[in-house]
Amino acid sequence: MRAVLTIAALAGAGLLAAGTAWGASGTPKDPLAAYGYHLYGEYCLACHGGNAAGRANQPSNSTGAGPGRAQGQQGGIAPSLQGVGALAADFYLRTGYMPLRRIGLQPRRKLVFFNDHQIRALTAYIASFGGPAIPRPRPELGSLSKGLALFTEHCAGCHQVVAQGGLVTGAVPPALVQATPLEVAEAVRIGPYVMPKFSRRTISDRQLDSIVRYVQFAKRPYRPGGWGLGFLGPVPEGLVTWFVALPLLIGLCLLLGKRLRS
Amino acid sequence: MTAARGAPVTRRAVRWLDQRSASAPYLRKALRYLFPDHWSFLLGEVALYAFLVLVATGIYLTFFFVDSTKEIVFHEPYAPLYGQKMSEAYASVVHLSLFVRAGLLIRQTHHWAANVFIASIVLHLFRIFFTGAYRKPRELTYWLGVTMLMLSLLEAYMGYSLVDDLMSGMGLVIGYSVGLALPFVGENLMNWLFDGMYPGSEQLWPRMYIAHVLIFPILIGLLLGAHLLLVAMRHHTQFRQKRAQTEHTIVGVPAWPGQAPRSFALMIGTAGFLFLLGGLVQINPIWLWGPYHTYSSTNGAQPDWYLGWLIGGLRLMPGFDVTIAGYTLVPGPFWGGAAFPLVVFGFLYFWPWLERRFSGDHAFHNLLDRPRDAPVRTGIGAGMVSWVFLVFLAGSADRVDVTFGPDYVSQIWVYRVVVWVLPVLFGLVAWWICKELQAGERVLQERHEAEAEARLARMRASQAEP
Amino acid sequence: MSRVRNAIVSGLVLLLGRGRRRPKENETRIVPALPSNPGAELAALGLLGLSSLCAVGFILVYAFGRSLPDVTQLLGLSIGLALLFLAAALVVVAHKLVPTEEIAEDYPPQEHPGEQQVIAGVLDESGTRFTRARLFKLGLLGAGGTLGLAILAPAVSFGPLFRVGDFLRTPWRRGKRLVDGSGRPYKGSDIEENDFYLAFPEGVTGEGKEQMAASLVVIRLKPEQLDLPPHLTGYDAHGILAYSRICTHAGCAISLYRAPLFQPDEPRPALVCPCHYSTFDPAAGGTVTFGPAGRNLPLLPVYEDSSGFLRARGNFNGPVGPSWWGVRLWKAQP
Repeated sequence: MRAVLTIAALAGAGLLAAGTAWGASGTPKDPLAAYGYHLYGEYCLACHGGNAAGRANQPSNSTGAGPGRAQGQQGGIAPSLQGVGALAADFYLRTGYMPLRRIGLQPRRKLVFFNDHQIRALTAYIASFGGPAIPRPRPELGSLSKGLALFTEHCAGCHQVVAQGGLVTGAVPPALVQATPLEVAEAVRIGPYVMPKFSRRTISDRQLDSIVRYVQFAKRPYRPGGWGLGFLGPVPEGLVTWFVALPLLIGLCLLLGKRLRS
Repeated sequence: MTAARGAPVTRRAVRWLDQRSASAPYLRKALRYLFPDHWSFLLGEVALYAFLVLVATGIYLTFFFVDSTKEIVFHEPYAPLYGQKMSEAYASVVHLSLFVRAGLLIRQTHHWAANVFIASIVLHLFRIFFTGAYRKPRELTYWLGVTMLMLSLLEAYMGYSLVDDLMSGMGLVIGYSVGLALPFVGENLMNWLFDGMYPGSEQLWPRMYIAHVLIFPILIGLLLGAHLLLVAMRHHTQFRQKRAQTEHTIVGVPAWPGQAPRSFALMIGTAGFLFLLGGLVQINPIWLWGPYHTYSSTNGAQPDWYLGWLIGGLRLMPGFDVTIAGYTLVPGPFWGGAAFPLVVFGFLYFWPWLERRFSGDHAFHNLLDRPRDAPVRTGIGAGMVSWVFLVFLAGSADRVDVTFGPDYVSQIWVYRVVVWVLPVLFGLVAWWICKELQAGERVLQERHEAEAEARLARMRASQAEP
Repeated sequence: MSRVRNAIVSGLVLLLGRGRRRPKENETRIVPALPSNPGAELAALGLLGLSSLCAVGFILVYAFGRSLPDVTQLLGLSIGLALLFLAAALVVVAHKLVPTEEIAEDYPPQEHPGEQQVIAGVLDESGTRFTRARLFKLGLLGAGGTLGLAILAPAVSFGPLFRVGDFLRTPWRRGKRLVDGSGRPYKGSDIEENDFYLAFPEGVTGEGKEQMAASLVVIRLKPEQLDLPPHLTGYDAHGILAYSRICTHAGCAISLYRAPLFQPDEPRPALVCPCHYSTFDPAAGGTVTFGPAGRNLPLLPVYEDSSGFLRARGNFNGPVGPSWWGVRLWKAQP
């Protein structure tokens, strides 16, 4: 609820700003994109600027202070969306990464703010500036084994080898448990937040299919050995040692031996 | 001549054995060896039985393991690894885990047993330390025990490394780097052990294998024998639970028939829990980690819990190489990976001597202290334990960040301070609690004495009346 | 199997033997006589039976359970429960079925002065025929010590000693091309911003790739982002930087590249090691910005040749991989 309020506040501030920055290139002709254009004005403009041109290092008093906005949010600064294409718009909106709760935060997967029609509209509007289309990953063509090898080489350093998420100083690479094949394919090409943006030279489309297939496998990895403990290895295993195995064994000792009378 | 005891079968068996081994006097003593009864005396036994499970399951594993890092292509029907290049060692463990009937059960039980083995040694050590069981005449027993703990850490580390999966390879190179960082000897020592620079020659795996399955188990086994022999020769320590229990008189349950069924129950029960874990809870799923190469790594790589304090030390230490005029004297990993455990083990080895030196207590001790009886020891012990434990916690700060959200970098800075402050605080609090408990007991005792005196006075008064 | 048999036999012995034993009243016993406890006996027998049942279950699962989906769990459950039921039976035996009398006896004496004297006497008096005892002891010590050294000497061949040069050797030469994992050479134009690449020296394959100095992490920064120290100017090829992939702290592979999409809001670019989170600044020549690493990440000078291929211009600016004492004295050499 707080998120929605903050976003509404951002949007309100955005409308204030519209007077200066809005209307440079006019409404797109395509009706879907036109709807997207209006949505953009309502929700995205405050940070991403008119014409999706981005805002960087704005003086902090240019947008005015809306209700409930912290000082740090005054200058809505965000990258240009011209040329990022449908690919990026689709990814950021469908994962709930955007709208961002507060500028400077790492975007994280959360409740999707827009409905499907709105997402398609915004995507169409952003796509009208050009840029790559939404990819079509075909994991069924990929190889699981190549996928694991590629994932280890390019992704495991951050996302952990079974895609359970990890840490880089300054950011938290998410677990990929909820990532759909399309989202994985999009993220590899976009490089959201501090993730590298992989070119086709590094990861070809065919290789990407293998990676996507592996990520789907890693959501429910093969576990012939029982309870998986989150597929993280030693940390949960140590917890089980100390909080399951040893209490049982100490219980057995207590059952067999006497206790001190105080 | 007394009447013959026991059933004829028993008598014949005993006589047969005695005539051939002249062992009846010793057997008789062994059967009536006294075990003072307290549950915490059984923790060491848990370690012993976990060791037995380790040996038994380990022997089974040796029949399948291949100690070679020769690169092969994996051609077994497990899709994520099919066609990948990997070492023979890793391939053999994947084969054992996925394609040998009951292989995975035995491997997982072995790994759980290793985790439990060292955990129970640590608990046993706590019991010994906080009750003063290491005091004269049992210092030798104690030193053997600490040595076994150290050997067990190395032994377990080698077992973890042998598999040659992605995680174990990362663990091995960290160990290598810590060795390399030893001042004066590092680079020669590591060159010598690994037969060249990391990742070593093809000799490394046979070496590590023979050390893991033969040299270290035999060393641990021998020390274990000496440890138990010393315990038996000097007899167990005891808490003062009964008036009869003194420095000179031991009160306990005889080995047979009182103690034997309990010890067997503990042995079988330990094995039972370990096999249950081995079957029901997955440990080190190496088929998911994939093969190791020096140029690949994964996030969230951690050692098993018993080395967690070292990764904590390595992560906490700020980048700090001691250099004199451009000459590196001590590289950074030495502090967290070598100096820290040296200090901890040095403390453990020297503690009995230190305590004797500063308390002036040179007496024989068969009776144990309760932790409150020795506030200084308990305070220092609590401080040391919390020091190591806080560093251990710092080792998992990354998973804490991922799971709960507090920023890793800030956590590390907090730990860098807290690790030095809190142990002192905990030590003082433990010392104070001991003092308070002692004072409370004194008050109770005085009240009892006063009541007894009052009763006596009343009795005298009533006797004087008639 | 034998465990099952033993359990059954011992169970039967307990059951049948009960009626026969009739302790004589007047005999002095070693183990005190306590009244029998048929309920506990029955419980223990029941537990033994359950244990056998589980053990049989283990054998059956092992023999026929191959196609079951959770065969490891069933195996662990059956053998684990078999052991735990047996343990439970023993607990009942320990608490209810054997006499647990407590006995008092003396601790062994603190010392045995008589024996000590005898031992010391034997040791000392045995040596009275030696006239130069101290010299002889020295001789023995010398012989033992040198023999010990001789026995240990072959251990020296375990590995090379005093060969620091090995740590500095790299497969990189001036003019070597940078290739990817499959051996395809990289062109300067292949290297894009915000992407990171694993590179090896051309011609190095198989085990050679496992050498610490072989693998690189290659990135491209905008030339205006670069802030290389003076002695490293010219190491980059129009913003392309080739760092050693091995962390200078503990030798793990640097497989994290923090590549901010939008610099004003996000952390600076960094190369991070996943083992202990040493963080290096690639723009400033691999300096350590956080974490336990004590030395900069070594940088390999590269250039683009006339046909656009990336080639090494020389060797790393420092030793690759984890540090040893004296590491700073040395330079990497081909």
